[in-house]
Amino acid sequence: MTPDRMTPRPYAAALQDVVRDDWGRLAAVLTGQFRRLDLVEDALGDAAEAAARRWPSDGLPERPAAWLLTVARRRILDQLRAEAMAARRHPLLVTDAEHRAERSGVMADPGDLIDDDRLRLVLLCTHPALGTEGAAALALRLVLGVSTHDIARLFLVSEPTMAARITRAKKKIVACGLPFGIPSATALPERLEAMAATAYLAFTAGYAPASGDALLRADLSGEAIRLVRVGLSLRPNEPVLVALLALMLLQHSRRDARLDAAGDLVLLPDQDRTRWHATEIDEAVALLTSPALRGPITQQTALYAVQARIAAEHALAPTSPATRWTRIVALYDVLLDLGAGPSAALARAVAVAEAAGPAAGLAALATVTLPGHRPHAARGEFLARLGDHQGARAAYEEAVALCDNDVERRHLRARVR
Amino acid sequence: MKYLVLLIGEGDAGSWEAMTAEQQGAEMEKFEAFGAACAQRDGVEILGGEALGGPDTMTVMRTRAGAVSLTDGPYAESVEQLGGFYLVEAPDLDTLVDLLRLLPAYDIQISPVVDIEA
Repeated sequence: MTPDRMTPRPYAAALQDVVRDDWGRLAAVLTGQFRRLDLVEDALGDAAEAAARRWPSDGLPERPAAWLLTVARRRILDQLRAEAMAARRHPLLVTDAEHRAERSGVMADPGDLIDDDRLRLVLLCTHPALGTEGAAALALRLVLGVSTHDIARLFLVSEPTMAARITRAKKKIVACGLPFGIPSATALPERLEAMAATAYLAFTAGYAPASGDALLRADLSGEAIRLVRVGLSLRPNEPVLVALLALMLLQHSRRDARLDAAGDLVLLPDQDRTRWHATEIDEAVALLTSPALRGPITQQTALYAVQARIAAEHALAPTSPATRWTRIVALYDVLLDLGAGPSAALARAVAVAEAAGPAAGLAALATVTLPGHRPHAARGEFLARLGDHQGARAAYEEAVALCDNDVERRHLRARVR
Repeated sequence: MKYLVLLIGEGDAGSWEAMTAEQQGAEMEKFEAFGAACAQRDGVEILGGEALGGPDTMTVMRTRAGAVSLTDGPYAESVEQLGGFYLVEAPDLDTLVDLLRLLPAYDIQISPVVDIEA
């Protein structure tokens, strides 16, 4: 550690890098060693704070991740000693427990310990006993190192509320004995599906157009994609993760084209396709041809895969009018057969209108039971295309009245005129 | 860790009374399979467990201002009623859930037992 002349900013950037790249790995190592997830997050947070304080004066350590690990480990040991003292037990018991944890961890897994620990951590944070909201927050915090402050903003709750949610999830893990382990062969597929559902919840929370910080929300979707990538790096051919990553990448690839300079919503046909991220589209399309999706797959995997194929149709159409709408309608039929909800039925009606005209779209819309403003907005659009401007205006007005999202309401108001 | 496992609803298993003797026998075998699997699994032990009488045999005891009152029937007005329980020692929740898969498809509530000494 040689102090050099770096300005504070590079230290902050170095810390940001190590948090971004190594947080989950460090959390996994510490949880593996101490089996106390409730202490790990606070200890890592303290270590990051200490780094922010000390690196500018002490200089950047040669191995920043190892530095954080050492500090965090010391914090946990202090905490365990304090607990042991409070319980009037001999402090030696702590060291004893620590050694035991270390030994059993090594002996149980002759394979790649670190990777197994990361998988254990992801599975623990996304355990179905936690509930998806708590799990999503915990996974973002512990696996990806996103700050509680940012997670709170992303899920549109106050920071104390989010901190309480994360604390509750951590406490439940310890109180009801959720294991830091690889589930049995019977349970693993269900657990990976729970992990996928958690990641998708975090993703859609970011993807839904919302008033407020659009940039930050695209960021959350990016973090959710990272979570799936962590899972895939450990189980590269897991069908549910392959299908979900394809779906996320395709939706995410359009993020820069979804809002115009004024922050107004731009619908798919009007989006500037040159602003779509082509490398992400390519990766997703390649994922959809993966052998992992050719065998028998679960319903959840199929739901992700078919949605991804629909998104791929849009992504690969050279222009909006060149979209293969008949194919998209057929894919929506598959999706509805798989048990997709009413929002898929609405999307199908829109595709029908494109494939077979607005009258057919109206007919398809008649059976859609989705509450909220979206069916009214679609009806308004179909009626306008049929030349029924009075009917269209009434439908749009109904949509505006039901819409609770600023960006979307602005967009609908523009249509009423 | 110790867990209290409450067999709280019929779930997909369906009503015991509605079963044929043969079906009841098949369900009983699942309890035996569960018991055998627990005995074999490292760190798992059934510490206790009983089947319970139906709702019409239950009594609720309440103490208000020092006075005890007894009322006929189960606590709370839920449709589902506690049919049996286990007290199980298991290393963690996943191990326990793995073993509970062997039981009939009841709705089950699992509570960790709090160690007051710790």
